[in-house]
Amino acid sequence: MSTEAIHDDHHDHAPSGIGRWLFSTNHKDIGTMYLIFSLAMLFLGGASAMLLRAELFTPGLQLLDPDTYNNLLTNHALLMVFGVVMPAAAGMANWMIPLMIGAPDMALPRLNNLSFWLLPFAAIMLMISMAAPYFPGGGTPINTGWTLYPPLSIQVGMGMDFAIFTLHILGISSILAAINIVTTIVNMRAPGMTWFKLPLFVWAWMLTGLLLIMIMPVLAGGVTMLLFDRHFGTAFFDAAGGGDPVLFQHLFWFFGHPEVYVLLLPSIGVLGMVVPTFSRKPLFAYKPLVYSMMMLTALGMVVWAHHQYTVGMSQAVTTYFMIGTILISIPVGYMLFSFIFTMWRGAMTFETPMLFAVAIILMFSFAGVTGVMLAVVPADLQYHDTYFVVAHFHYALIPGALFGLYAGVFYWLPKWTGHMYDERLGKIFFWWTTISFNLTFFVQHFSGLAGMPRRIIDYSPVFAEFNMISSIGAFAFGLSHLLFLWIIIKTIRGGDKAADKPWDGAQVGTPGLEWTLPSPPPFHSFSTPPLVK
Amino acid sequence: MSEQPSTQQANRRVGLGLAGMVLGFFAFGFAMVPLYGLICDITGINSAGGTGGRVAEAELLKLGVDHDREVQVEFDYTLNAGLDWDIEPQTRSMDVHPGKSYDIVYTVRNNSDREVIAQAIPGVTPWQATEHFNKIACFCFEQQTLAPGESADLKLRFILDRGLPQKYNTVTLSYTFMDTNREKLKQAVSGL
Repeated sequence: MSTEAIHDDHHDHAPSGIGRWLFSTNHKDIGTMYLIFSLAMLFLGGASAMLLRAELFTPGLQLLDPDTYNNLLTNHALLMVFGVVMPAAAGMANWMIPLMIGAPDMALPRLNNLSFWLLPFAAIMLMISMAAPYFPGGGTPINTGWTLYPPLSIQVGMGMDFAIFTLHILGISSILAAINIVTTIVNMRAPGMTWFKLPLFVWAWMLTGLLLIMIMPVLAGGVTMLLFDRHFGTAFFDAAGGGDPVLFQHLFWFFGHPEVYVLLLPSIGVLGMVVPTFSRKPLFAYKPLVYSMMMLTALGMVVWAHHQYTVGMSQAVTTYFMIGTILISIPVGYMLFSFIFTMWRGAMTFETPMLFAVAIILMFSFAGVTGVMLAVVPADLQYHDTYFVVAHFHYALIPGALFGLYAGVFYWLPKWTGHMYDERLGKIFFWWTTISFNLTFFVQHFSGLAGMPRRIIDYSPVFAEFNMISSIGAFAFGLSHLLFLWIIIKTIRGGDKAADKPWDGAQVGTPGLEWTLPSPPPFHSFSTPPLVK
Repeated sequence: MSEQPSTQQANRRVGLGLAGMVLGFFAFGFAMVPLYGLICDITGINSAGGTGGRVAEAELLKLGVDHDREVQVEFDYTLNAGLDWDIEPQTRSMDVHPGKSYDIVYTVRNNSDREVIAQAIPGVTPWQATEHFNKIACFCFEQQTLAPGESADLKLRFILDRGLPQKYNTVTLSYTFMDTNREKLKQAVSGL
């Protein structure tokens, strides 16, 4: 037995057939599966957004009924947050962290297999939650939005139970992934790879992993209480039984706000690789940047109630949450500052990943500004639950999280596949997707300020023009992703051979161990740890 | 190769440590249930419990009545889904002097053909007035049981204390009446 295992190791054979994927403990294969899963969910979540925008194209009810609209809205959020951004970031972590720190694999490879294979079941469970209302006794669709606030979430039909189980499975999956990634970073670094030599992406994931470990269990606890309230006669959130629905909001946002940084940090990590590479300069002020990420993580844990200014907390409490939230702009501003100064007087070139990086810095700053507006209590009481909030968090999460991942995909595709992607198509995709993204969401600031409420299927005809522009933008934005898919397929199937180090400046300022391996890297890499000087 | 077992041990140690952290935060979520009410009570952030605001009458009356000031108090109610009751406050609005105690009656009738146990949850607008709206006796402190067709006069005695900031001239007290039997609520919203 053992000789056979060693035999396999030495010959660098990947197991063949479906077993290679089902039973995989290889970080590269699992990373690939994460990324493919995430891509599939991107199209599902995108399709639900397309339906929503089609419904909102003109005032009145056209395609959907209100409950179905709200169910699609809930699914759109859950799919994008838990199905797309988190798995894609975990996939990149799986692929790149062992290569970057010179480890042969993840610290806990079997756990790694489990944490991926839970995901498809969570996705199936979410599909069932949407189908449940169409069966006898299924009750109403999930019309709460992804925040699942009681008392409404206690009243909706059986779909909610499936959604709660979906969150449980997703939670277990990301907790296991986080434990694995943090353990890998703590224990598996090659000799000489000290903490402050780690590439920024590794640091970003270290903090993301710790955040996940702290927040996912609280969400799991909250939705478990919801399940108990629904079926076992408890009254955690039922006012008639002595509970308090606002408690759920606290539990949810204790998870929900740091979750924003879970989505954001891996992409900041990608920027920390992409910007120095294409500026051909080491990252400006690397250590303070790491400290500011730590500050962001710490502050992010203690400002959750800024999502609940309108529930009637006392002035002292809202003031605390307001000041805490505004403080967050300091580390975030510092990060952007650091990236801009990395570019300053660098020998910059604008390949697709760099185009995304520059656009992210611009558009994410914009979300930061609207974020400070929303943090201010008296202003927020006006903006609360309007499209201004929708515009704000789409500006935060699409550039901040999703485009960061796209930058990562283009940056590492040559390493993953061994082929260069089509640069011309990549640039077309960049312009197409950023322009249509702005077309979709920029106008929503205006309709929001004018008072258009979110999460509602219909709207006043005075918002008709804004919504039509938004819908046209959204269709173009959705369509651009077919090109994204095509670029990826084309790159996997062929293309110019990628060098070990496909980007000129890739090793500037970091040990860059990942670039010392061939593209694509062999099935087993760093069986003997490299030495970092 | 000699390093192999020690790395594995270290991985197990760190992995288990992190798993312990996960369990700790899971427990923290549940600990929030009692702690939340406790923190709110101690710091006076909010009367978290639905029946908060119970005070001793004698204490408040010692402070004296502000005869120069009149505040309009409005009485309002909401029926939660699934509760088939008639509710009528004795008056919709009255002028009160801060520091003086007042009585008011809500007349309720159970129109359904079953016994119903209901709970009234008070809410005060503006919320800044909540801590100054003192309920000395209130039907909202207990659950109310009505037989089919039964009527009852539910009593409330309150004092608006003198600490109410001058800028508030109108205070609205609104009760949400809820059936404590949650199945009825579910049936009502699913249209069964």
